[in-house]
Amino acid sequence: MYIIVVGGGRVGYYLTKALLAEGHEVLIIEKEARVFQGITDELGSVCLRGDGCEVATLIDAGTDRADMLIAVTGDDDDNLVACQVAKHRFKVPRTIARISNPQNEVLFKKLGVDVTVSATNIILENIETEVSTHPLTHLLMLGDRGLEIVDVKISPESTSIGKSVETLSLPSGSVLSLIIRRDNKPFVPATNTVIQEGDQIIAVTPPESEESLRIALRGS
Amino acid sequence: MPCYSLSSIHGASEWIIMKIVIMGCGRVGARLASSLDIDGHQVTILDTDSYSFRRLPAAFGGSALVGNGLDGEVLKGAGVEESDVFVALTQGDNRNIMACQIARQIFNVPRVVCRIYDPLRQELYGTLGVESISSTIVMADLFKEKLEG
Repeated sequence: MYIIVVGGGRVGYYLTKALLAEGHEVLIIEKEARVFQGITDELGSVCLRGDGCEVATLIDAGTDRADMLIAVTGDDDDNLVACQVAKHRFKVPRTIARISNPQNEVLFKKLGVDVTVSATNIILENIETEVSTHPLTHLLMLGDRGLEIVDVKISPESTSIGKSVETLSLPSGSVLSLIIRRDNKPFVPATNTVIQEGDQIIAVTPPESEESLRIALRGS
Repeated sequence: MPCYSLSSIHGASEWIIMKIVIMGCGRVGARLASSLDIDGHQVTILDTDSYSFRRLPAAFGGSALVGNGLDGEVLKGAGVEESDVFVALTQGDNRNIMACQIARQIFNVPRVVCRIYDPLRQELYGTLGVESISSTIVMADLFKEKLEG
C-alpha cells in the first residue's frame, strides 16, 4: 500500500518505521526543516518537506494514488484538515486522524474522517481495565451505532445478588449479553438466571443508560 | 445600546439584531466585534489570550471570554448554541476551519464564516459548504487595483 503520514514527530516517525518494516511504501510530510533533516538522515528519502494540509504539497506527494493518509501531528485541527483535503480533493479511500480531545471523535466522524485514534481515550480505558475496583468498565464502543459494550463486576454488596435477570429494572436498550462465573465459563443469561456474587457481566448499552445499568446491577 | 437608531442608520426596516460569536481577538476580530457592537448586535468575542482584549475599545458593550474556540465546552459557554452567526478569525487556517465546522455540525449555528489565508484551501472548503474569505486574495486584488489604477 502507498501510505502518507502527515507529521514527523515521534508518533509519525515510529509509525513510519513500522509501516516500512511491513513492506509498505510510506511518505512522511513534515513542515519543520530540522525534523525533516533528522528523518531523512535516518530513514533515507521517505520525507517530503511541506505543509500536509496544503493542496500543493499533497500534489507533490502523489496523494491521488495514496491508499491511506494518516495525520498524526500534535494538533487536532491540522489532522482534521489534512484528512479532509485528502478525502475530498484527492479521494483517498482511507483517512486516519490522531486526536487529543476525545470530544472531537464525533465531529471528525461526521466530517468524513474514517478512523480516529484518541490517545487520551486509550489511556483512560487502560486505567479502567487495570483498576479492578472500578464497578463498570468500558470495553468497546460500537462505532456510530450509539452503543457500547461494558463490563460490570458483581461485588458482595451489589443489590442484584439473588435476583433473576427478569426482575432487574434494566434501562431500556441495555442487554445483559454474557455472564462469566467463577469457573470462568461464560454463558448467555436467560430471563430466570440468578445473579451471583463474583459474576462478571458483559452488557451492551447506550452510553446514556450506563449509570442506570450500574445502579440496576450494583445498587446506588 | 442604541437599537432604536438602527433603521435610521441603515435605512432598512428589516434589519435584525444578531447574536454573533467571534473567535480570535486580533486586529480584524477586535475591529469587527467593535463595529458590530456599535450597530447594536450582541457580540461575544473569544481569545486564548486575555491580553488580546486590549484591542477592544473601552466602550465595547459585548462580552469578551478567554478560551479556546476548538473546545466544545468553551463554545457552549460563549453561547454558540443560541447564536445566529459564528466567525473564526484566528491566525490559523486550520483552527478557523475546524471551529467553523464544530459550530456548524455540532451546534447547528445557521451561519458560519471564517478567514482562510490559503486560497487553495479556501476553494476546497467552499465546495464543502464552509463560507470563507481569503484575505490573501482580497488584499492582492486590492493592491493590484490600486497600482494599476
